[in-house]
Amino acid sequence: MKKLLSANQAIAWAANRAGCRVAAAYPGTPSTEILENIVQFKDVINCEWSVNEKVALEIGIGASLAGVRALVAMKHVGLNVAMDALMTFTHIGAIGGLVLVNADDPSMHSSQNEQDNRSLAKFARCLLFEPADSQEAYDMVVAGFELSEQHQVPVIVRITTRTAHTSTIVDLGAGERIEAPAIPYVKNAQRNVAMPAHGRLMRFAVEKRTAALRALTEESPFNRAEAGTGDLGIVAAGVAYQYVKEIFPDAPVFKVGLSFPPPIEKIRAFAAGVKRLVVIEESDPVLADQIRAAGIPVMEPHMELHMMELNPARLAALRAELLGTPAPETPKPEAGIPVRPPVLCSGCSHRGPFYILGKLKATVCGDIGCYTLGSAPPLSAMDTCVCMGAAIPVAIGMRKAGLANRRIAAVMGDSTFFHAGMTGLLDVAYNNIPITVMVFDNRITAMTGHQENPGSGHTLTGETAPAARVADIARAFGIQRVHEVEPYDLARLEQVFTECLDSGEPAVVVVRGPCVLHEKWAGKFINAVDADQCTACGACFRLGCPAIVRGEPKDPEGKRFKSRIDPQFCTGCNLCAQVCRFGAIAPAQGRNAS
Amino acid sequence: MTPLASLFNVSLVGVGGQGIVLTSDLLALAAVQAGCDVKKSEIHGMSQRGGSVISQVRFGAKVFSPIIPDGQSDVLVSFERTEALRWAHLAKPGARILVNDMERIPVTVSSGLQAPLRDADQRLAAYPGLMLLAANPLAEQAGNLRTANVVLMGALSTLIPFAEAHWQAAMRERIPARLLEVNLRAFALGRHAVGVSP
Repeated sequence: MKKLLSANQAIAWAANRAGCRVAAAYPGTPSTEILENIVQFKDVINCEWSVNEKVALEIGIGASLAGVRALVAMKHVGLNVAMDALMTFTHIGAIGGLVLVNADDPSMHSSQNEQDNRSLAKFARCLLFEPADSQEAYDMVVAGFELSEQHQVPVIVRITTRTAHTSTIVDLGAGERIEAPAIPYVKNAQRNVAMPAHGRLMRFAVEKRTAALRALTEESPFNRAEAGTGDLGIVAAGVAYQYVKEIFPDAPVFKVGLSFPPPIEKIRAFAAGVKRLVVIEESDPVLADQIRAAGIPVMEPHMELHMMELNPARLAALRAELLGTPAPETPKPEAGIPVRPPVLCSGCSHRGPFYILGKLKATVCGDIGCYTLGSAPPLSAMDTCVCMGAAIPVAIGMRKAGLANRRIAAVMGDSTFFHAGMTGLLDVAYNNIPITVMVFDNRITAMTGHQENPGSGHTLTGETAPAARVADIARAFGIQRVHEVEPYDLARLEQVFTECLDSGEPAVVVVRGPCVLHEKWAGKFINAVDADQCTACGACFRLGCPAIVRGEPKDPEGKRFKSRIDPQFCTGCNLCAQVCRFGAIAPAQGRNAS
Repeated sequence: MTPLASLFNVSLVGVGGQGIVLTSDLLALAAVQAGCDVKKSEIHGMSQRGGSVISQVRFGAKVFSPIIPDGQSDVLVSFERTEALRWAHLAKPGARILVNDMERIPVTVSSGLQAPLRDADQRLAAYPGLMLLAANPLAEQAGNLRTANVVLMGALSTLIPFAEAHWQAAMRERIPARLLEVNLRAFALGRHAVGVSP
């Protein structure tokens, strides 16, 4: 059975094929579609959106120790959150096969940083696979479950944005599920309770296991030499292999698929057959450094290859450097094309609160989600964004540092609050920190494509669930000043925000309004601008709403423009009418939908 | 049909929400129908928020890189005029550049933070392979403005050596039954608009 599948889709099929019984993840681009595709097997794979990645991995650990196969998926920074669990679990060791799919995002297409998590796999002494396409993602996940069980080792499959979101033809074989019988559970404290006395024994076991894995990787069919001509040999891993095959079609290539532990002796033999060896891998020189450390000379090209996503053009430039071939000429991009950054949607429930925070000149510690777009002009209403949940502790730190601005707000969405914001809020309550924590609660994980979360009332599989209420959590933590407000009444937002920011005590404001994309929410009307009343003051443009566009010029020089509302995009949120001081914006005639 | 001997590269660009990912899915499925190896690569994530979106489809006897090198696209399909200029360098010199003749002004321009592009018409006209198609009115004629992407695909189908049945099979595989009729109509209108008789 052949199918056109992204690596994320192929991984879901592989989990089913390998008899996986438990799957858990927290959404994060580019890994989100893995669990969204595993749901089709929910009758045989118990799957969930976890509250965060650490919880997801710990659930996978529990399932593994109970003797069944488990898959856990997360984006690269998710593993930072889950690292505590991984570092001890690698000491304890898997029982049922455990595969952790970890999606790196070179070039940061949808991430706040770039990091090469292959170093974390090496750090944790896990088996590491690097698929180059969807077929390999499928084959490696299936093999990963087997090897994890045989060697009691957590297996990491490192995909990248390019592999995760590229569809290629996958041969699923017969495709049907092969049940993996649960390994009978045996209570064994020495094996499963990590504490100093046991940990010391485990520590030696880890190194013994890694030595066995070094032998295994030398024999793996995922590591293979491909014959070619010329004196330049190339070691390639992950999607970089595809670029190598395209740009260096004749070169001898050593394809690394199982990359930790690296197949050093096989690479040594390959290197002996060529005059020069170069390693092409995406992001850090993780393989290159290990090959060099084994005493095998590896060239370091002059051109920079370790930051940002690789692509055929960068490899063509490398080819020119290494083989002295002329650099390929490529057409130059047109100059002066206006950029088109992502923006908060028209009708977005985050726009009004950011507009008011800007007006109040608050220092705003932000967080990860759609609302990070509140930092962009013209709203420009965010001072910091670090990582999931950091908004609150960063705001605490700023307050403790004695920042001159006493109006300090921490802003995050509902999913981020449940993921890693609650501990920060408890710190605010416990230590009586006079900052205002604002949760922009649209009851969905919007940025990654509308996944359910603990506040949304539903689970991954569509079951109803208790909807956790942020205000109740805040009160339970001991915060006295807690407000819930709706997002489209600017005067009310300004009143509540001002009161909280100036109160000198801990405060929580929950701004509750659904994501306009998710619930197809729209007001009962759409707005229009009366061109006779419009003075071209520009106030409505400062909302940054994509529905508000330039209308006719106000002056003959065409320097100032009246506004116009594009009826195709207006949702009737009515923020623009509230910021217009000249009464020029009102509901359009004849569109009362009631 | 036998697989194409050499690689055929199509880049599809536009603004988030215009149906670019669906169109590239359909193109990739049509390539499978035609017996080709195929890779379809897209960058999404924040794209739903109105940003610039790009998807690339390569097919032929054997495809390695999912990314099409700049200047190597046999066809560039742009769902919007400004995006056609932003990504024009992806096309081979002289290659067909199929553009939906509509404009979506970036919010940074509409709010006055960036200068508007005043010479877009002249710049576009400088590309010898330019094919402007007003897909939106044809989509409305088909019965749903949201099928403008499939109107464009109909036009694109005249530039690619697949049988019409391959495209139709791809649509049947990927498009929900209740939307199939309107999309088949949109596809036929797009094909007809660039000179293929219905």
